[in-house]
Amino acid sequence: MTTEVVDMITVVIDGFEVSVPKGTLVIRAAEKLGIQIPRFCDHPLLDPVGACRQCLVDIEINGRPFPKPQASCTIPVEPGMIVKTQLTSPVAQKAQEGIMDFLLVNHPLDCPVCDKGGECPLQNQAMSTGRGESRFEGKKRLFDKPINISSQVLLDRERCVLCARCTRFSEQIAADPFITLNERGALQQVGIYQNQPFESYFSGNTVQICPVGALTGASYRFQARPFDLVSTPSACEHCASGCALRTDIRRGKTLRRLAGDDPEVNEEWNCDKGRWAFKYVTALDRITNPLVRDSSGELREASWPEAIAAASLGLKGKRVGVLVGGRTTVEDAYGYSKFARVTLNTNDIDFRSRVSSDEERDFIASHVVGTSTTYRDLDRADHVLLVGFEPEEESPIVFLRIMKHVRKRALKVSAIATKLSRGNEKLQAIFIAVAPGSEAEAIAKIELTAKSVILVGERACESAGTLSAVVALAGRTNAKIGWIPRRAGEPGAIATGAIGNLLPGGRPVSDPAARVDVATAWGVDSLPTSAGKNSDQIFASAKTGELDALVVGGVDPLDGALASEALLALDRAFVVSFEIRPSAVTSRADVVFPVASVTEKSGSFMNWEGRSRLFESAVEGSLQRSDVRILSMLADAIGKPITLNTVKSAAKEFATLSKWDGARASFTASNSKNISVTSDEAILTSWRRLLDDGSLQEGEVNLAGTARKSVVVISPKRASALGVVDGDNVKVSNTQGSIILPVLVENIHDDAVWLPRKSRGAHLLETLGSASGTLVKVGKA
Amino acid sequence: MAENQDLPVESFRRDLGLEAVQSAPVKNDGPASIGNQLKGFWVTFITMFKKVNTVQYPEEREGTAPRFHGRHQLNRHADGLEKCIGCELCAWACPADAIYVEGASNTEENRMSPGERYGKVYQINYLRCIFCGLCIEACPTRALTMTNEFELADESRESLIYEKQDLLAPLRQGMLMPPHPMYPDMDDSNYYKGDVLGSHPSQEKP
Repeated sequence: MTTEVVDMITVVIDGFEVSVPKGTLVIRAAEKLGIQIPRFCDHPLLDPVGACRQCLVDIEINGRPFPKPQASCTIPVEPGMIVKTQLTSPVAQKAQEGIMDFLLVNHPLDCPVCDKGGECPLQNQAMSTGRGESRFEGKKRLFDKPINISSQVLLDRERCVLCARCTRFSEQIAADPFITLNERGALQQVGIYQNQPFESYFSGNTVQICPVGALTGASYRFQARPFDLVSTPSACEHCASGCALRTDIRRGKTLRRLAGDDPEVNEEWNCDKGRWAFKYVTALDRITNPLVRDSSGELREASWPEAIAAASLGLKGKRVGVLVGGRTTVEDAYGYSKFARVTLNTNDIDFRSRVSSDEERDFIASHVVGTSTTYRDLDRADHVLLVGFEPEEESPIVFLRIMKHVRKRALKVSAIATKLSRGNEKLQAIFIAVAPGSEAEAIAKIELTAKSVILVGERACESAGTLSAVVALAGRTNAKIGWIPRRAGEPGAIATGAIGNLLPGGRPVSDPAARVDVATAWGVDSLPTSAGKNSDQIFASAKTGELDALVVGGVDPLDGALASEALLALDRAFVVSFEIRPSAVTSRADVVFPVASVTEKSGSFMNWEGRSRLFESAVEGSLQRSDVRILSMLADAIGKPITLNTVKSAAKEFATLSKWDGARASFTASNSKNISVTSDEAILTSWRRLLDDGSLQEGEVNLAGTARKSVVVISPKRASALGVVDGDNVKVSNTQGSIILPVLVENIHDDAVWLPRKSRGAHLLETLGSASGTLVKVGKA
Repeated sequence: MAENQDLPVESFRRDLGLEAVQSAPVKNDGPASIGNQLKGFWVTFITMFKKVNTVQYPEEREGTAPRFHGRHQLNRHADGLEKCIGCELCAWACPADAIYVEGASNTEENRMSPGERYGKVYQINYLRCIFCGLCIEACPTRALTMTNEFELADESRESLIYEKQDLLAPLRQGMLMPPHPMYPDMDDSNYYKGDVLGSHPSQEKP
């Protein structure tokens, strides 16, 4: 570890001495002493701007005073500086009161109907530093109110104090400069471009940092007052970035979620999905009682003992596969892992409810478990290489972190992809266009250093050989690998061994010492020795009858590579489903257990770094049970108990198994396969967008309004060959089905065609039976 | 030995640090003198000829004081629109946590009050209410006031949670039942200033 040498400067604020690093702003130095200078525009993560003038203080340097009060949020400390704030200087106090008067001149008396009322910095600071009475007697400036600047964000221009926090956030943090300050003087206002709405994935943060009620969220509008709400620190369940959140609940119902403050992970930001996609928890069709399929073939509500008995009857002594799904907490995943090994005596367990490969499974066992790549490595990196990974769409906080360093120190970013995405454009990434399937060749040509980071997405497994090339590149250059899946539960599922080739703590199933270690901890004689089936094989064997039954967690069978086969397998096998809402699995299940959603249970997620994201139950006294509790009851009924009666006991037991210092699994490289293309064909490529038809975003109308439009992306060469221009409909088809969408001509490899994987009008796996790497016909519709 | 044996009460008192406290001896002066007894009966006797303050409630009843704190009422503007904007300041002010409010947006099709917001849910729990009147002081639109009605006893707990329809003022002459549009060419500030004096034919439902 190197310690950075920091120059310290000592200044006097209100008669107290304080030493702060050189470059610290006066307002921040005062904070260190606990002196609160009122402010609106100042935000520690945004560049200083001095827009609101509320933080005026009296400053003198080496005995020479500034002639007028100065904005303390723009002036860095200097040696010999003496600062007098409103607490000791009547001049500063009068200046601040004057500014507050000006700010309130045009501010409407809206507080009773304003969503910010009760938690409003303007209200609070008008009370603490303003005058009791307004001296303004004229007519206030009026605007139409409110106006939608996107389907989720409402703007009330009358309330705006022109602090430019929102515009600076959009420009500096999200790199989505869709809002600006227009006009001058009293008519100055936040505005959007006429042709481009405020469709940023991070627009919710502007609502959170707005110091008045000028920007409000459409879905929280007039819903509650701060004193109604019970706030609980929580963790985001949507992706593996691992944001800290704050969940605000009234009477058992989540009304809003805000970004939590975790400087190591999400700083103070989160994405719109994490902020606004939570209605699925209170959806009317939530399953609240166990369901059992009766003799007539109908699912009907049943008591818990009856459902447990029915499930144990169907699983006891049978060949069972376990599909965990990518959305479980660490504790639940541990429950599934132990349940499969101890109760069902099988390694046929897989958490990957998506397109996956055995190369990926080996990669996970050898290069993902126990690695230590973190956000801090991105902070220090000299070069970030993105492979099969679109940070803006698939892990937005990773995107923000890279963006921060692109902006601050021109961090070099390279992207190996088939299509140049908007996110990569914003990162000013060096775009290395490849045809789907030939990523490995491009990776082999990259040069990195030991300070570089290779960020690999879950889609890297979709073209054979890519992960092998990544491993080779990391071996050659000592660059660090960070594997970032989309779903929040996947890193935790890996750590707890919810996959066929790993036991908890990343112990390889193939290692006898590892098996003995875990068997001892679990108090069983032995564990199954051979590596289990992967999720595709589990579905395939359930279809052929090689497996009798399936235990299915939060899995959407239409997200996998074998969607139609998966449905047939679910029809055939005895299925025990753990779900919160009706799905393609529950409609085919024989026993359905209702499980708690993330607000109703405690537990932890593990983000892509392996960092634990603990959260407590936000809803008090919920009757819903966590998966691990139900699994424990079921194991008792089957007669091979796993004794994980509470989330706490699961966490405690996993903690004793989470470290393994034995050998990791080895990795065998695979070769890539090139795909040859004829002129009217193209290789399909796709990724999931952040806002799409995912099941956790159902019912979020406002959120869906800012989802990017579904398009077919082709290269200019293919467009001229087909004779189509932007907006024309094209048809993408194969033997299974076809999709017709407007075309967008963009920078994409000539052999490829890109569609969103699961957006409106484009459910690729459902319609085409494939999402990438297969040939499709592209023609004018 | 027997002398040292404390009574249980005594040791308990010592444990509590009450040793120093001596109970005052009860003074017994014997029966009151005949003069004092007569003085007492005289009060009883003379009261029989005084004016009676009690009334035969409920057959007879006297009105309350004009500013008596009774059951609440949610008032209406002169055209029938509700004054409540669902701001929850009453709930915030309530020291007994007796008020529960949920706001919602007014829309063109469903306008309950002038302006952007109205109270969708409004409940006062009269098992909790202490009739202090802080809520009506807090109300920024004078939507919430108190009536003189005090007969709030009832048979079940549920029935003492008054809903919005129980609290709303009745429609008077010239008022229309919301939802209906605002008075033509008037905005919410005209309503607050009292410029709206009744309903307009255009506000009636077609």
